[in-house]
Amino acid sequence: MNCTKCKTKAVIDLPRHNAAFCTPCFTTYVHEQVAYAIKHQRMFGPDDRILVAVSGGKDSLALWDILLKRGYKADALYVDLGIPGYSAKSRAKVERFADTVAKPHGATLQIHTVQEEEGAGIKELSDLVHRPTCATCGTIKRYQFNKAAVEQDYDVMATGHNLDDEASRLLGNILHWQDEYLDKQSPILPASVEGFAKKVKPLYRLSERELAAYAVLNKIDYIVEECPMAKGSKMLLYKEVLNRLETESPGTKHRFYWGFLEKQTQAQPAATSMAEKDQALLHPCKTCGQPTTGEICSYCKMMARAHLAR
Amino acid sequence: MKVLLSHPERSVDIKGPKRAKEVLRELNLVQEAHLVIRGDELITEDELLKDDDLVEIRPVISGGSQRLTLHGSRFTS
Repeated sequence: MNCTKCKTKAVIDLPRHNAAFCTPCFTTYVHEQVAYAIKHQRMFGPDDRILVAVSGGKDSLALWDILLKRGYKADALYVDLGIPGYSAKSRAKVERFADTVAKPHGATLQIHTVQEEEGAGIKELSDLVHRPTCATCGTIKRYQFNKAAVEQDYDVMATGHNLDDEASRLLGNILHWQDEYLDKQSPILPASVEGFAKKVKPLYRLSERELAAYAVLNKIDYIVEECPMAKGSKMLLYKEVLNRLETESPGTKHRFYWGFLEKQTQAQPAATSMAEKDQALLHPCKTCGQPTTGEICSYCKMMARAHLAR
Repeated sequence: MKVLLSHPERSVDIKGPKRAKEVLRELNLVQEAHLVIRGDELITEDELLKDDDLVEIRPVISGGSQRLTLHGSRFTS
């Protein structure tokens, strides 16, 4: 199979675009998709300071790599959750990438260690508050990434969510008719109230397979093994189902998610309505000051319960 | 050929020559969720794999449970 663009030997075929690419043309394709996403969704400009949420996985490291190579000012934050046998490996991958790739671009890595800051690892914390580990992890990461971005005056926080993440989440929301969450499925969430950082997902046009291929071809050393806490999750099941459909009918995932985004845009100016809704619902947490719908935010409630249970 | 698989890590022997897509089919694996790597080179699905090739089939899917909250779900990949 030859490259659709330059006719040399291809290294990856993309059935959803009826195309195949060699390494340089594939790298160009990935960069163009990200550039389109940033421009089309008005994510950030060339002078904005970006905080990338990194995990050591292919998506977040690929995102950091792409942003740096495109000349953006992108630092990163890693949250060390203290998962036995996993966090040490993923942290080492992030630190290695920071030293070898990010540092020469003048970018820095920050690390938040849950064990040191919250006094216990993720497993112990989730046991103490009787919540699933993935839910506890989500609360801590959302809180710490937002806090770091706001306190250090980053213009925007970027995450490595890809097309598969967004399509599977949309499928989950629709299957359970959680329509109140649908307007949060945009690749861009505005800094709607004081204390909320603007959040963007520059990889929403690229599939997991494409991002894994980008990482392999650009020699990004990422953690291949799955987080042991994620085994049996519903999202993995939704992704599996969508990938079966995609294999039978290429383009299913992007038609599903991008089609949703188009309809959302036609239905209402999402950013405005979301900001208005947030402003009506949110106010500062009495403990930490971050925006919340209740008196105390879910992070502070969780930590208070964990301290009481000890 | 020796084929390395993940989740859990293991290796299987498959008789060549076979095209990459036939190897995936034989292992009941979906193309969209995997990369096929020969040695350290990524290859397309029509590539012919021989008995002396060392092949890695790498899964590409990641992600934990999605807790749907007010300001989005999970923020890292």
